[in-house]
Amino acid sequence: HQVLRIKTRNEEEVKKLQLLESLEHLELDFWINPSTPALPVDVRIPANSIQAVKAFLESQGIEYSILIEDVQVVLDKEKEDMACSLQRDRSSNSFNYGTYHSLDSIYAELDHLASEYSNIVSKLQIGESYEKRPLYVLKFSTGGRNRPAIWIDAGIHAREWVTQASAMWIAKKIASDYGKDPSITSLLNKMDIFLLTVSNPDGYVFTHTTNRMWRKTRSKNQGSLCVGVDPNRNWDAGFGGPGASNNPCSDSYHGPSANSEVEVKAVVDFIKKHGNIWAFLTLHSYSQLLMYPYGYKCTKPADYAELDALGRAAASSIRSLYGTTFTVGSICTTIYQASGGSIDWSYDYGIKYSFAFELRDTGRYGFLLPANQIIPTAEETWLGLKKIMEHVRDNSY
Amino acid sequence: DIDDVGHKYYLELVLEDVLDKDSTVNCTAEVLYHLGNKNIAPDVQFTIEGELKNADEADNIFYNRIKSLEKELVAENIPDSHGNVSPEMEPIRLLAWVASGYVIWQNSTENTKFQLAQIKHVKQVKRIDEYLEFDYVILLHEMVSQEIIPWQMTVLWHPQHGVQVTRDSRQPKHASE
Repeated sequence: HQVLRIKTRNEEEVKKLQLLESLEHLELDFWINPSTPALPVDVRIPANSIQAVKAFLESQGIEYSILIEDVQVVLDKEKEDMACSLQRDRSSNSFNYGTYHSLDSIYAELDHLASEYSNIVSKLQIGESYEKRPLYVLKFSTGGRNRPAIWIDAGIHAREWVTQASAMWIAKKIASDYGKDPSITSLLNKMDIFLLTVSNPDGYVFTHTTNRMWRKTRSKNQGSLCVGVDPNRNWDAGFGGPGASNNPCSDSYHGPSANSEVEVKAVVDFIKKHGNIWAFLTLHSYSQLLMYPYGYKCTKPADYAELDALGRAAASSIRSLYGTTFTVGSICTTIYQASGGSIDWSYDYGIKYSFAFELRDTGRYGFLLPANQIIPTAEETWLGLKKIMEHVRDNSY
Repeated sequence: DIDDVGHKYYLELVLEDVLDKDSTVNCTAEVLYHLGNKNIAPDVQFTIEGELKNADEADNIFYNRIKSLEKELVAENIPDSHGNVSPEMEPIRLLAWVASGYVIWQNSTENTKFQLAQIKHVKQVKRIDEYLEFDYVILLHEMVSQEIIPWQMTVLWHPQHGVQVTRDSRQPKHASE
């Protein structure tokens, strides 16, 4: 196939080209349609029609030049270039932490990190999503056997893209800072960190392919055309209570039963099996909030004083970097009553240091946070997480 | 609590210029949510202490640019999935933000918290008078239910006559989305 650029000198020539346009059997693909003599006309011509079209143009005295000699050659080169750059990304680790990535790209980077920092990072699979995608957790450890550990997860709600992106940056930060930053070094010398960067891979893929605003899992609901369960209403904490919907079409549908979602069950099973998790930290967006239990009831948790003080200290650390203010409080008093939430479950299970973060912003861009804010968001969030982890380190024995 | 009437809130707020973080203005407001009938918008009274910054120049530049377009403006997904907004579309986004404020006000209760999530689609409508008219389909994010609600709104604007929403309606959501 060739692409020609045709220069028309007057309205008459434009009309002749419009005539050509109407001849469907030629199968012409106009990249710039004939409309005015002021603009060139670009047209892709299939091999079979090239002779005929050129003959026509020449007989009418219409000027043309060849823009693309052979379209296939261009396409082949593009494919090659893309494969090459993908290859390059794979080998030289040019993962751009300041942009949003596809699931495949994120999963490739997890492997990268595990291999580049193999002395402290390993990748574990804790289960599979509804659509059978692996659920990968990065384990940061300097040894020992079943040390006290911190759990961090991101992206349980698919559309909250800054959380998966921040988690990736945080993974890189922990790995590269070990041995350099005294705080993280002393932390990892005593404790392990488990980081689930994409808790809801099915939902995440759906936000890329179909609906950027998707929140839930992608499980089928019996007897309904509507898909998915809100994974943060599906935990066994006041399940089915106020603040969750029993309508499968709702974005806060709690599901048929607690832990019905495999993505949730996988985390629950992992935490229970590990048996030595001391902090459960989960990342959401948006609103800039730092919250502790409870969501399913509006009464204070037993450790209210300590959690509130720690939350405020963490928010203070966050603010120290770019001035971003986070509001601190329990879920129920800060946003709304919401049953079946993950940190309520983890707290009642015995994990005292249970916090939920809502990252940037406060509504100007909401879920569609510009990519240039990923790294600043990750940097400030990291300070908050670190504050909490340091407290756990100093209080875990 | 006002018996038989509703709930009244007294607010002190600070308004911040979106385009100039250092430019702030104090504001006091009274908001009355009516008892029972969910179809009446809350009453709002407010006082601004001082003046809002003059935006005439930027308004006129935008106005003239749109007026001189050969074909009516059409666009979608503002911001896009990655949060990007092209410089040409920024005023279109700001206009939607203002207009959506009206829609949000008209549909708010004590149990809702709306934010403009995205402009799904915007189409300029040709007019013979001096006003600019845009037909928007926006997505509103309702934070209590976490629902994303598509909403159509027809917006009129002129630099000297301000913003008007002449028509708006909630759109149905597809089960498959």
